[in-house]
Amino acid sequence: MSDSISPNRRSFLKSVGVSSLAVASAPVWVQAIQAAPVDDTQQSLQPGEQRITLKVNGQAHTLNVPANAILLDVLRDRLQLTGTKKGCDHGQCGACTLHVNGTAVNSCLSLAVSHDGDEITTIEGLEKDGKLHPVQEAFWEHDAYQCGYCTSGQIMSAVAILNDPSIGSDDSSVREAMSGNICRCGAYKNILAAIQSARGKVKGAS
Amino acid sequence: MRSFQFDRAASTEQALKAGQSNQAMYLAGGTTLLDLVKLDVMQPERLVDINRVGLNRLERQDDGSVRIGALVTNTTLAQDNYIVQAYPVLSQALLAGATTQLRNKATTAGNVMQRVRCHYFRDNVSPCNKRKPGSGCSAIEGDHRSVHAVLGTSQHCIAMHPSDMCVAMAAIGATVHVQGPKGERTIDFLDFHLRPGDTPEREHALAPGELITYITLAPPLANSLSGYLKLRDRASYQFALASSAIIVQLQGDRITDARIALGGVGTKPWRAHEAEQSLRGQPANDETFRRAAQLALQGATPYRHNAYKIPLAQQAIVRNLQTLTGGVA
Repeated sequence: MSDSISPNRRSFLKSVGVSSLAVASAPVWVQAIQAAPVDDTQQSLQPGEQRITLKVNGQAHTLNVPANAILLDVLRDRLQLTGTKKGCDHGQCGACTLHVNGTAVNSCLSLAVSHDGDEITTIEGLEKDGKLHPVQEAFWEHDAYQCGYCTSGQIMSAVAILNDPSIGSDDSSVREAMSGNICRCGAYKNILAAIQSARGKVKGAS
Repeated sequence: MRSFQFDRAASTEQALKAGQSNQAMYLAGGTTLLDLVKLDVMQPERLVDINRVGLNRLERQDDGSVRIGALVTNTTLAQDNYIVQAYPVLSQALLAGATTQLRNKATTAGNVMQRVRCHYFRDNVSPCNKRKPGSGCSAIEGDHRSVHAVLGTSQHCIAMHPSDMCVAMAAIGATVHVQGPKGERTIDFLDFHLRPGDTPEREHALAPGELITYITLAPPLANSLSGYLKLRDRASYQFALASSAIIVQLQGDRITDARIALGGVGTKPWRAHEAEQSLRGQPANDETFRRAAQLALQGATPYRHNAYKIPLAQQAIVRNLQTLTGGVA
């Protein structure tokens, strides 16, 4: 749906965002959210804690974390990167999906200490230079959500799928590959349309 | 979640050393273990992370067989070119299981070690002989429609083995290589998982502290066709109600050899030897297929809500054979 012909709620918000905030370097909704670097090196390790380094969205953090801290919780609670959502917390819904060294995984079933030295990309790390990632843009254009809670997980899975040449480009292959992301609102039709429209705009996508 | 000591092993030797302490468990992909630790169903005192011990290689051997490192992920195994070409049934079974994200994390050994999906086992409250030996089985008189077995059950436990990958491996034939305090040994894949019997808390043949290092697949059956057919409540991301892994060797319209294993219906990955035997030398037609299907489920015990699994598993065999052999002869 093009903005000039038939403005919808999303494109309206988008254009308002751009015009009213013209003085800012970027519209509010694409303002980069970067976690302030955390460095726990000066803090002494408490019993049961381990010191790890996580490279999150290109930023290195040195953290003292308990052995049982879950990666999802460390990102949300220690780094305030709350874009990654906690849904079922048992690997069943996909809301917590992010990329570890480029591979999509459930962060709720990952111990932070297991990821010492790993490169992690969250939804906050997809935008580049104030511009949304093509898959984020496509979700916006296709209204591929209702409540939005599952959206960051959906997008992280979609980005990985579009970068994976082993996953077919037909609708049924995409549906199958996306089946680990549950949308309680049932926005699947628009999610599929968004992913397919982003194909070709993602570097490396087939 | 409970607290535990955490060690990351840099080598198999380090892992084995740390793994000897009381209530230590090896952590691979974590998709079962961390799930069940959160539910407090599994209660480790110590987790030994084996993700960086270097057991993540997939090696083709001279005889055409494959040695799969314990830490090879389900995604890597399913997408490997040689596996796709020589063991289609394994690739298909892997891709029929779980989700993209879970397969990216889940490992070969972890898949073998996954626990049952029985809700009474997982709820950590109901009587469950697997969780608390002697407390009783809530599933037998309770709800047992989808994730409970009809083959290999006992009066103490009827939970089905949930893996798809293991069903394919049971059909192919495989060897589990383990290392432990007493050195190395191998276990035939079909002997690895145990029927519940009187000891449902014992699910596998590993001794305390033992670690799976590799799984070796038998060489592929020459000139064979193979496939995995999984029947379930929805088309993706669901455990099998019944599934079949079948490898069949044809000469003209005659079956010269076959391997059949079943999922969704057994308390362990279920190899159907008698059914296979009935196929050998027979024409590839519906009559042959139906007889094999009948034999495969001969000893099945139906429970109140899952008797449908018997005809369903039979159909999973017949249809898989029909597809593999190119329809009704």
